[in-house]
Amino acid sequence: MVRTRAGAVATAPLMDDNCPQSGINPVGISMTASTAIPAHASAASVTAAPAVEASELRFSYGDRAAIDGVSFTIARGEFFALLGPNGGGKTTLFKIISTLVPLQTGDARILGHDLRRDTLALRRRIGVVFQHPGVDGKLTVAENLAHHGRLYGIGGARLRERSAAMLARLGLSDRAGDLAETLSGGLKRRVELATALLHEPELLVLDEPSTGLDPAARRDFLIYLAHLRETAGVTIVLTTHYMEEAERCDRIGVLHQGRLVAIAPPAELKARVGGDIVAINARDPEALRRKIAERMRINAVLVDGVLRVERPRGHDFVRDVVEAFGDEIESVTFGKPTLEDVFVHLTGHRFFAGAAGAGDNGDAR
Amino acid sequence: MREIAMQAGTLWLREITRFMRQRSRVIGSFLQPLVFWLLLGAGLRASFRPAGMPAGMDYFQYLYPGFIVLVLLFTAIFATISTVEDRREGFLQGVLVAPISRATIVIGQALGGATLAWVPSVIFLVLAPFAGIHLTLGAALAAAAMMAVIAFALTCIGLAIAWKIESTQGFHAIMNLILVPIWLLSGAFWPIAGAPAALQWIMRLNPLTYGMAALRQTLYLGATEALGGLPSLAFAITIAIAFALATFALAARTARRATAF
Repeated sequence: MVRTRAGAVATAPLMDDNCPQSGINPVGISMTASTAIPAHASAASVTAAPAVEASELRFSYGDRAAIDGVSFTIARGEFFALLGPNGGGKTTLFKIISTLVPLQTGDARILGHDLRRDTLALRRRIGVVFQHPGVDGKLTVAENLAHHGRLYGIGGARLRERSAAMLARLGLSDRAGDLAETLSGGLKRRVELATALLHEPELLVLDEPSTGLDPAARRDFLIYLAHLRETAGVTIVLTTHYMEEAERCDRIGVLHQGRLVAIAPPAELKARVGGDIVAINARDPEALRRKIAERMRINAVLVDGVLRVERPRGHDFVRDVVEAFGDEIESVTFGKPTLEDVFVHLTGHRFFAGAAGAGDNGDAR
Repeated sequence: MREIAMQAGTLWLREITRFMRQRSRVIGSFLQPLVFWLLLGAGLRASFRPAGMPAGMDYFQYLYPGFIVLVLLFTAIFATISTVEDRREGFLQGVLVAPISRATIVIGQALGGATLAWVPSVIFLVLAPFAGIHLTLGAALAAAAMMAVIAFALTCIGLAIAWKIESTQGFHAIMNLILVPIWLLSGAFWPIAGAPAALQWIMRLNPLTYGMAALRQTLYLGATEALGGLPSLAFAITIAIAFALATFALAARTARRATAF
């Protein structure tokens, strides 16, 4: 059990159905484990310190609080997503974890290192991928890797060996001599991942890694990350505003206005919405809404001309509503709630609560 | 220690590699001062004699070491300006989260920038005969060494500003406000001896004056008596080296404050 100060209680991370299938091989990326990073992280995960332990983190830019009292724990080997809209504070949290900005208030231990005092030792053990490309376009792919390696004290034969292994692993071997600026966005991301993994980090932190990637490249990249976690046991923490990306992770921390409003596996978050989502298209939706309310005692909400009903056992409702009003209905869609529904559910809830509490969210700062 | 050398060395190498792939930068930083020198010197040599200029020297020749320093200044600025953008959305982001101290980052950057500034200024040295200066081998070597010290100091000033400032526009503004006046008041354009008393004091307090004085004397190595009115070579070299160390300390401190580690 991982208890968070945000009021959420999360169970142990799910390791099965929410992870992408590691058997799928995205084009060009080698999935063989022959050049794999040693699985130290997974082997040590039972006894070693958690990947991230953060308590009461706060971070302000001047008067504006970007992170406003956030506590959470990320286990070793976990695939964790920080999900939130732009401006929600996730990039600031990324900067804190990746040691890019100093800790202002609160305490954090990352891989057991005190974030304030033990920064250099910690930096050797984490790999970082930035939202804005961190590759040097004027250098070749191989040169980018070499410079990065030497910054971590890796040189000579070991550097050549690690570079060749990472290039092969990420399907970049034939582009090694090309200037990085000539690569596509997806390939640049792979180069960044190769550099971030060169020094065999136990924790990989990524800020919006799929920014600027087309859907296919985004999917490949995520599948590779999941594969990396499974073969090498690397803990992965990424920030995202894509629901489908967060959905592939073990657990999601939902950030809204600098606070963690929930932290749980995707399935558990969805379960909070209260069942299935049924959407009904009708010739006269308003008339149908009233009839459903009268005869079935169920409140449907009209959103953009579509009737939406949140119901446990939604398939029963579909059967009943079609039997009762079949003539008036044009189509019925039935589905499990998406994270989008979850986000509206969570932050909408907060919004109303905040308004009742004298609207202190923005004004107090 | 070995790791620090490897880290600083790789940052140095990166600056060199990048520069070599952007030829227009190499040529521009060299040509602009050359054109200024030729036009100013040619235009003023016949009519203009600032007070205190040594006898037997024309203005074209007097300006020559000043424009060597201008080559150093321009290239140092260009070499450091990338720091502004690079640390927010470029290669430096990765350097900042690597296990490397901020001082080591600045050493690598400063050595890189200084090398880039130094090479074209050494090429400029070949033009000495056109200025009427007969360089001995010893004088050329001493001047080149002095130019390296000045290049390092100017690059460090550039870095101190680049690590502080948020935008490249701000960088240009501050460069024009700080570095160009420092250069103008270093004895590049007129001798200290002939300047009004108040200006003399400002020039004596300007650390670059001593770098300039040392460079000027090394160019005439063995025949410096003719120059007159300059601080002694030993004193000028001492101040120039102390200035380089101080600017490095300032740049390292600024980098540490900007990134808080």
